[in-house]
Amino acid sequence: MKHIFKIISLLAAISAFWVGLLQASIIPRTHTWLLPIYLVVSLGCYGLLMVGVGLMQFPTCPQEAVLLQQDIAEAKGFLKDKGVDVGSD
Amino acid sequence: MSKEERKNEGKNQYSIIIPTYNERLNIALIVYLIFKHLRDVDFEIIVVDDGSPDGTQDIVKQLQQVYGEDRVLLRARPKKLGLGTAYIHGLKHASGNFVVIMDADLSHHVSSSYLFVFFTRLSFTRSILHSFLILFPCDLVLPISIITRKQLETGASIVTGTRYVKGGGVHGWNLMRKLTSRGANVLAHTFLWPGVSDLTGSFRLYKKSVLEDIITSVVSKGYVFQMEMIVRASRKGYRIEEVPITFVDRVFGSSKLGGSEIVEYLKGLAYLLVTT
Repeated sequence: MKHIFKIISLLAAISAFWVGLLQASIIPRTHTWLLPIYLVVSLGCYGLLMVGVGLMQFPTCPQEAVLLQQDIAEAKGFLKDKGVDVGSD
Repeated sequence: MSKEERKNEGKNQYSIIIPTYNERLNIALIVYLIFKHLRDVDFEIIVVDDGSPDGTQDIVKQLQQVYGEDRVLLRARPKKLGLGTAYIHGLKHASGNFVVIMDADLSHHVSSSYLFVFFTRLSFTRSILHSFLILFPCDLVLPISIITRKQLETGASIVTGTRYVKGGGVHGWNLMRKLTSRGANVLAHTFLWPGVSDLTGSFRLYKKSVLEDIITSVVSKGYVFQMEMIVRASRKGYRIEEVPITFVDRVFGSSKLGGSEIVEYLKGLAYLLVTT
């Protein structure tokens, strides 16, 4: 099944639940009307939270740059001996 | 032993496809590093150059003199024709049963006093989470050997490098770049549920049959192409494993990132949402 159908059916289920709540009047009407807005806002907040957490946890590796330079120097030396042109561009 | 005989014996052969455009220095370095770190592995390097004006193809010919024309193949094209078609072109000349795709710039690198290799949960096999601690000697190991090893251990159809797990990472990125990268990643996960942590990475190992199956149904260009590849593979139920890689900022060669990429990305995301 295509992914979009999964998402649509999920939204349909949520909408049906919301309409059901409206009909049943367990929660006061005014609150129920605002529920979708609450949902969207909380989804947005969750997304921002994930971005923030990911940003803080973003792994970095400064030692890689050093090792990379070593690799490059080694490669240049070897290739130069073998006649490959490794002048900088 | 001829190539056919080797294949019949059931040994694995890896075809490494590297599309290049103006990567005169990088291609020499990357070929050296691959030969250094894949000692006992049967592989070939296929350089797909799109008519680079800086003489990349001459360098490749010199490398062929050093390493042999059967190990370093030059399959050039007349002009810049795009990433996806470069892979298809390379695939036509690939004789291995596994295909590795990577960039010519030295942005993929892996350090290794310690390397944590995580088995991630998969879409259809539901394996449990293992973590293996693999100790490597202090000299450097290109992720290519780790990726091939991971595939042999798990029998996965695709092994992809990811920057977002422990052991991986980036260097030389400012806050803005990290923010956009993370934001894009969260957005993609929210809408696509892809099953991999890094969608835009371009360092991957595919079983050749799997690559051939997916690449024909992919139509995007640029890095959205990479995303579409992995999402389609995920939808088809192929087993995908991940390996942490480090992404050091480009040292040589001009950076190819532009400003209109955000729009391109969002369009690509919408396209993938609807069609996969």
